[in-house]
Amino acid sequence: MLLNRRSMLFTAMLAASAQVGGLGFAFADTTLLNVSYDPTRELYRAFNEAFAAHWKAETGETVTIRASHGGSGKQARAVIDGLDADVVTLALESDIDAIAKNTGKIPADWRGRLENNNAPYTSTIVFLVRKGNPKGIEDWGDLVKDDVQVITPNPKTSGGARWNYLAAWAWASEAFGGDEEKIKGYIADLYKRVPVLDTGARGSLTTFAQRQIGDVLLAWENEAYLAGAEFGDDQFDIVVPPSSILAEPPVALVDGNVDAKGTREVAQAYLEYLYSQEGQRLAAKHFYRPAKRDLVPAEDLSALPDIDLVSIDDPLFGGWAKAQPYHFGDGGVFDQIYRPGSSN
Amino acid sequence: MAVELMTDMSQTVAAHPAGTRRYRRATTEGPVAKGVLIAMALGFLALFLVLPLIAVFIEAFRKGAGEFLFALREPDTLAAIRLTLTVAAIAVPLNLVFGVAAAWAIAKFEFKGKAFLTTLIDLPFSVSPVISGLVYVLLFGAGSMLGPWLKSHGIEILFAVPGIVLATIFVTFPFVARELIPLMQDQGTGDEEAALSLGASGWQTFRFVTLPNIKWGLLYGVLLCNARAMGEFGAVSVVSGHIRGLTNTMPLHVEILYNEYNFVAAFAVSTLLAGLALVTLVLKSFLEYRYGDEIAAAAKH
Repeated sequence: MLLNRRSMLFTAMLAASAQVGGLGFAFADTTLLNVSYDPTRELYRAFNEAFAAHWKAETGETVTIRASHGGSGKQARAVIDGLDADVVTLALESDIDAIAKNTGKIPADWRGRLENNNAPYTSTIVFLVRKGNPKGIEDWGDLVKDDVQVITPNPKTSGGARWNYLAAWAWASEAFGGDEEKIKGYIADLYKRVPVLDTGARGSLTTFAQRQIGDVLLAWENEAYLAGAEFGDDQFDIVVPPSSILAEPPVALVDGNVDAKGTREVAQAYLEYLYSQEGQRLAAKHFYRPAKRDLVPAEDLSALPDIDLVSIDDPLFGGWAKAQPYHFGDGGVFDQIYRPGSSN
Repeated sequence: MAVELMTDMSQTVAAHPAGTRRYRRATTEGPVAKGVLIAMALGFLALFLVLPLIAVFIEAFRKGAGEFLFALREPDTLAAIRLTLTVAAIAVPLNLVFGVAAAWAIAKFEFKGKAFLTTLIDLPFSVSPVISGLVYVLLFGAGSMLGPWLKSHGIEILFAVPGIVLATIFVTFPFVARELIPLMQDQGTGDEEAALSLGASGWQTFRFVTLPNIKWGLLYGVLLCNARAMGEFGAVSVVSGHIRGLTNTMPLHVEILYNEYNFVAAFAVSTLLAGLALVTLVLKSFLEYRYGDEIAAAAKH
C-alpha cells in the first residue's frame, strides 16, 4: 500500500515534469509572436498558415507563429510589461504609441514605416438590420425617422461605440453643412432612440440578436458578418451606408524584441506579406477592407463596396487626441446631449 | 435489560396516545407555510445553481455531440487543457506541503508572531485576484528590478508557464492550511506528546500520529485547492499574456472563445470545468461524510 502510494506520487511528478519539459522543447524552430486584438483571430489564423507556407517556400525555414488576442489596450499593456511580441497588430494607433513611449522598443515614428500609415487593412461601421430591412434603413438619416430603434453601446465605456458615434457625426456634419447645433440635434435624437445603452459591443449584439430589441445595430463591418454567421444568415441583412468612418488598425514591428531574439528579418517579412496579394485577399475574405483593393479579385470585394470614408485625422475631428476629450470627456458633447430618461 | 427498556418505552407511548398533545412539536407552522418556505428554498437553488449548470450543457450540445467533440479536439483547446493540468500538478502538491507545514507550526507550537503568520496565510483570500496577478507583474515585469536581469539570463517568468504557476500557488495557498488549522487545534497536542514520550522520532510522530489524524481534512483541502487552481481566472489572466496554445489556461480559453462568438466551443470547455466542479462536489460530500466520522472518533479518545 505504502509502496503503491509512493509510486503513484512518483508517476505524477514524472508526468508533471514531462509536461513542463515538453512546453520548453517544442519550439526549437523560429517562433514569431503576434500580439493582436480580439476580433482578428480568424484572419490571423488563416494568414499565419499562409505566411508559414510562403516562408518555407522562400527560404526553406520553418516558422511557427504564435498569436495572442485580447482587448487592444490590455494587449499593449502586456507588451509594455514584457510580453515578447515580435509584431503588434492592434486596434488603435494610440495603443502602439503607448508601447513606443513606455518602452522605446518601437521608434516614435513607426507610423509610416509601412504603407498606408502601417494599416494593411481598414474597417468601418455598418448597419445590421432585421431580415428584409422592414424599416427601410439605408443611410444615417434613416436612423432617426419614424419609430426606428437603434442599438449601440455607450461611447463613454466602449471604444467601439465611439466609432459609431463619430461615424454618425461625420454623416451629420456633411448633411447639415457643418451646422454644429443641427449635428448635435441629430446625435441627441439618435441616442434617444437607443432603448438599451449597453456597456460594450458584445452586450449590444446580445440585445439586438438574442433579445430581439431594436431595428438596427451599429457594428464593425467584420463583426456584422461574423454575427450573421453565428446567429444564422436568415435573421439579418447587412446594410453598408453610402458614407461612414475609416478605422485603420495599425501593425508594427517591435524592434527592441526582434533584435533581442534575432527575428527581425522574418518579422519584417511577416508584416510585408500582409500587403501582398495573398495577405490582402485574406483580409478581404475576413471582411476587413484591404489597403490595396486592386490586388484583390472583384468577387472577393463584392461584400465590401467602395464607400465614402472619413478618417479620425480629418480636420472635422482632428485626431483622437482632440476628438476624445471634446466628444467623450466629462462634460463633453456626449454628456451634453445624452440625458437618460428625458423624453424630449 | 435492553428488552425490558424497550417494553417500558412502548408502554409509555401507549399510555399517552396520539392526540393528547402532551408535547408541543418543535415547529408549529402549518403545512402551507412549510410548503411555501421549502418551495422558495428549492426555487432559489434551481434558479441560481441548477439552471446555469444545465444552461452550460445545453449550449455546449446545441449543435450536437459531433461539434462538441470537435471543439474539444481543437489544438489550442487541447493545449489549454494540458496547461491547466500542468499548473495544477505543480501548484497543488506544493501547496499541500506548504499548507501542512504551516498548519503544523501554527496548531502544534507556540511562538512569537503566530497571529501575524495566520493573518499572512489568509492574505490571498482577502486580496483581489487581479492584485495577486499584478504583484507578479510588478515583481517580474519589464519595468521591475528583477525582470531585465532575469531576461538577460534567459529566464522567463512573466507571460510564461512559471508566472502562471506562481500566481496560482499564491491564490490557492490558504486552502489546505485553512482547512487543517482548526482541525489540528481541535485535536490538540496530546497524541503527539504521547508518541514522543514513548520514544518516537519527530518524523515518526508526524507520519504515524499526526498525518492519519488529519488525512480526511487534508484530502478535502487538497480537493478545494485543486478546484480553485484549475478554475482561477483573475490572477492568471494578468500574468498569462494570452498566447494561444502556449499560455492560455482553460478559464482564459473559455473567455476568448466566447468573445469570438464561438459559443459551442466556449461552452464545451466550460462543461469540462463544470464537470470538474461536480466531481469535486461529489468527492467533497463523500469526504464530509467520512470526515464527520473521523471527528467523532477523534473526540472520543
